[in-house]
Amino acid sequence: MKPSTLVLLKTLVWIACLCPLADLLWGAVNNNLGPDPTAEIANVTGLTALWTLAITLAISPVRKLLPQLTWLIKFRRLLGLFVFFYATLHLLTYVALYAGFDLNTMKTDITKRRFIIMGMTTWLLLLPLALTSTNWAIRKLGGKNWNRLHKLIYLAAICATIHYWWKVKTGVLEPAPFTLILLVLLLARPVIAWMQRRRTRAVVV
Amino acid sequence: MFIGNASDIPSSEITSRDTYRLYLNRRKFLRAAAAAGGAMLGGDRLAELFDPRAVAHADTKLQTVSSPLTTTGEQLTSYADITHYNNFYEFGVDKGDPAKNAGGLPTRPWTIKVEGKVAKPLTFDIDDLLKLRPLEDRVYRFRCVEAWSMVIPWVGYSLSEFIKQCNPLSTAKFVQFLSYYDRHVEKWSGESTIYWPYSEGLRMDEAMNPLTLLTFGLYGEVLPNQDGAPVRVIIPWKYGFKSAKSIVTVRFVDKMPATTWNDMAPNEYGFYSNVNPNVDHPRWSQKTERRIGLPFYEQRRTTLMFNGYGDQVASLYAGMNLKKYY
Repeated sequence: MKPSTLVLLKTLVWIACLCPLADLLWGAVNNNLGPDPTAEIANVTGLTALWTLAITLAISPVRKLLPQLTWLIKFRRLLGLFVFFYATLHLLTYVALYAGFDLNTMKTDITKRRFIIMGMTTWLLLLPLALTSTNWAIRKLGGKNWNRLHKLIYLAAICATIHYWWKVKTGVLEPAPFTLILLVLLLARPVIAWMQRRRTRAVVV
Repeated sequence: MFIGNASDIPSSEITSRDTYRLYLNRRKFLRAAAAAGGAMLGGDRLAELFDPRAVAHADTKLQTVSSPLTTTGEQLTSYADITHYNNFYEFGVDKGDPAKNAGGLPTRPWTIKVEGKVAKPLTFDIDDLLKLRPLEDRVYRFRCVEAWSMVIPWVGYSLSEFIKQCNPLSTAKFVQFLSYYDRHVEKWSGESTIYWPYSEGLRMDEAMNPLTLLTFGLYGEVLPNQDGAPVRVIIPWKYGFKSAKSIVTVRFVDKMPATTWNDMAPNEYGFYSNVNPNVDHPRWSQKTERRIGLPFYEQRRTTLMFNGYGDQVASLYAGMNLKKYY
């Protein structure tokens, strides 16, 4: 890929990733965030984090299935950092608009409420990944360690999904589409690895 | 833009998503107009002069009288928000779904069947019920268990007036309400695993309390479908889900009836479900609530015991442990 094409594509990805935030800011300025702005901000930031995470997790399997798209790897860090960005905004929404910066409220929530515990866990799992996303950190850790650490993304994705299920009312199936897609993305990894092993074995034989 | 007689068009058609965005921009103006107009209806009409579209929701005006039981001193939630932020899971689980999907609810002919512990089973026609007593304008705070709240000008009369017509036996200790259910009309009812029809219930003394409203209208007009047309109950000191919509059966029973959300998650939704800031929902605090229709930095407010109706209803629960019977 030409460097200029890459710059263009990265710019487009940046713009796309900033759209949900721009929409929220625009709505906040115009008082046009719907009947329940607090819930709208929490929903948009949370759902953007979730779906950006799904896109990030899709990059590896897509590359393996379609070798002509290997260049997609150049976008994974960018997308992953946007997951952390929106997850952080989501957390801040809770701290500011739900807990009202009140430490006691937060303490009760974190000790008593499982869906909040699960949300916090997800964010804490994303934090070391965001902190070690620089080239310097990758060099410092060494590729192998870095890879091992970044396997945490799978655990974060699972925790995020549980957080989502625990957030909605019992019997509401709204998190089902995301859960199914995540399941496919997680299962794709061992399946693709198995297919590739079989292919190499066939070649050797 | 359509303004005139809307009787043959479902309200969900009139207030599409796009016009709703415009409504929201006008919310501030409407509120200012309502304040300037003094009385709620006066303000509404004033707003209508400037922008008919913002209030062009009239299907049928109801003849109403004022009520001493109305709540004063609260800023009313806009008609647009009351009709576009609904939990009516038969028509979809998203708050905006009922406004889009409830157009097909057949509100005429409509009857309420009365059965169970009564002198004689009866059937009431909706048009007779509308004439049974004078319809009162009653503003109530509405507090959802999800920790949001509105202030809504309902139209109706005390449920006790209706119950007197039903001649319940002395063995009737509870009253159960069953909502309309037809999966061909309510095609979205499969979006959750709820076992339909929606069921709710009250203790007899709660049902007989004058605040408990048999509700036919909103903002001086018949209920829009998404708000539980043509008839529902409103119990202002309880979480919103207790206030069953689109009622087709009223059953008097001697035992506490099974109710929908209590069946789904008994640890989260008690039978009583009185608004109580001291008893948390397992997943969130009930100490505060978000008032609908305000900017995000003004939404948060303190939740009142019995939603502020303690003077009228606290005596119903004298000696009861409200932490146990949440």
